[in-house]
Amino acid sequence: MDTQTFITLLYVLILATFVGFELITKVPPTLHTPLMSGSNAISGITIVGAILATGPEPGDFSISKILGIAALLFATINVVGGYAVTDRMLQMFKKKKK
Amino acid sequence: MTNRELIIALGYLLASVLFILGIKLLGKPSTARRGNFYSAVGMLVAVGVTLMHQNILSWTEIFATVLVGTAIGWIAAKRVEMTQMPEMVALFNGFGGAASMFVATSEQWHVAIEQGGKPELITAITTVVSIIIGAITLTGSLIAYGKLSGKVSGKAIVFSGQHLLNLVLALAMVGAAVWSIQAPAHLLPLLLMLGIALLLGVLTVIPIGGADMPVVVSLLNSYSGIAACATGFVLNNQVLIIAGALVGASGLILTQIMCKAMNRSLVSVLLGGFGQTSGSGSAVGSSEIVVKEVHPEEAAMLFDGASSVIIVPGYGMAVAQAQHVVRELMELLEKRGIDVKFAIHPVAGRMPGHMNVLLAEANVPYDKLVEMEQINDEFANTDVVLVIGANDVVNPAALKDPSSPIYGMPILNAYQAKTVIICKRSMNPGYAGIENELFGYPNALMMFGDAKKTITEVVNELKENAS
Repeated sequence: MDTQTFITLLYVLILATFVGFELITKVPPTLHTPLMSGSNAISGITIVGAILATGPEPGDFSISKILGIAALLFATINVVGGYAVTDRMLQMFKKKKK
Repeated sequence: MTNRELIIALGYLLASVLFILGIKLLGKPSTARRGNFYSAVGMLVAVGVTLMHQNILSWTEIFATVLVGTAIGWIAAKRVEMTQMPEMVALFNGFGGAASMFVATSEQWHVAIEQGGKPELITAITTVVSIIIGAITLTGSLIAYGKLSGKVSGKAIVFSGQHLLNLVLALAMVGAAVWSIQAPAHLLPLLLMLGIALLLGVLTVIPIGGADMPVVVSLLNSYSGIAACATGFVLNNQVLIIAGALVGASGLILTQIMCKAMNRSLVSVLLGGFGQTSGSGSAVGSSEIVVKEVHPEEAAMLFDGASSVIIVPGYGMAVAQAQHVVRELMELLEKRGIDVKFAIHPVAGRMPGHMNVLLAEANVPYDKLVEMEQINDEFANTDVVLVIGANDVVNPAALKDPSSPIYGMPILNAYQAKTVIICKRSMNPGYAGIENELFGYPNALMMFGDAKKTITEVVNELKENAS
């Protein structure tokens, strides 16, 4: 990675952090648990990294590939479980029928 | 840029927009579910375009792994009880950390050890950062999971020289990391760094008491975001950086909110405190507190004579699964024209907002849940306060006793009400292990027993009185 790319990525990081702070300070305490669980599911974005890491050299079972598959497994559990649990919680916040 | 690269880049952009939109919609109860759905779609898009990446040819391996992971995640999420939500989130968070750790290790192994290449300095640095944070998140979350689920003692585990040991280990880890950056093809520094990071995750969480676990879970959540960010730098991937930054920010904000709610600094939480069994803590021993007991029949009579009631829920309510019968009590009281509100302390339960979720599960309308700042002045004009399985959040020692370990923490001023009924299983101190002087107050009445059982009795009594 050259310095130019690094700086661009740094821009992305800092701008995204500001957006994050702005959005999250507006979430009311009632929704803090779903927020934590939902953002936890988002952190499973590592799944993308895991797929990229498992990619090269199919069929060849190198250590890097085994590590990549382990990453993919854990990331998938995190993503699917995280979104499903958050959805279960949020179902309870839907408008109550009187 | 080829067409395929363009599609991938635009796909990541779309995913990022969906994540941001998703969090924005999470800000309101009415749109929150849609927000979570958008965010999940964003994830699907990100994964979908990643599969288009030309490197990826091993479809079978990827699909088999994703299928197994989906099954595990889905089943775990469907089976978990609402009361166990905090430990489930802690566990998933640990898996997220594990994923970052494995991805970064895999990258370094692939590039440096298997192909004999030397990654550029920036890549090498972000790789070790990703490995270290991921590893600490993994073991730290596992310990938090253990503490929350009772598999590991909720008490703070402290020993002399602990901080020194952690410091030495941290320095050794940084040393190993620097070595690994300079010699990425060497196994020893990589494994040394990984091993110490895993150990540090355990060592930094064990001295933290159970009452501080919400802060720890939230902080570790932030770490998992930072780890994802670092992985984004390793792979030169913007969507990882954006999503990671969002998670990192959310974890940091929630951590800050909770520290404020306990009037403690993050440093003091991390160094352990609350959960410690401190001999010098409260001067008032349990033997000195004289409590008055109340039985459900009398409690029902007290409710009958009240015109305003505030209910203070705590983790004890969750454990007893009493939230449904509490809602029934609320409805009965409202039918009699009694004003009922719920007072929610920011750190009640095992996660920020945990009580809100449990009460929502029991169909308590969320506008009945009032935050600490808004409700604290109302206690003095309230006839009956019902405290269910909450201890530390109503302990007046936090206001009055400078020697108490929770001194300075804002509390719900339940003690100011005309009558306080405390529903509790025994006189054992709460999660933080601190005596509660409220129990000995003249206006306090203890209703001993399982919360679900005693409140059901109160409800039945009220029904009989009505007929």
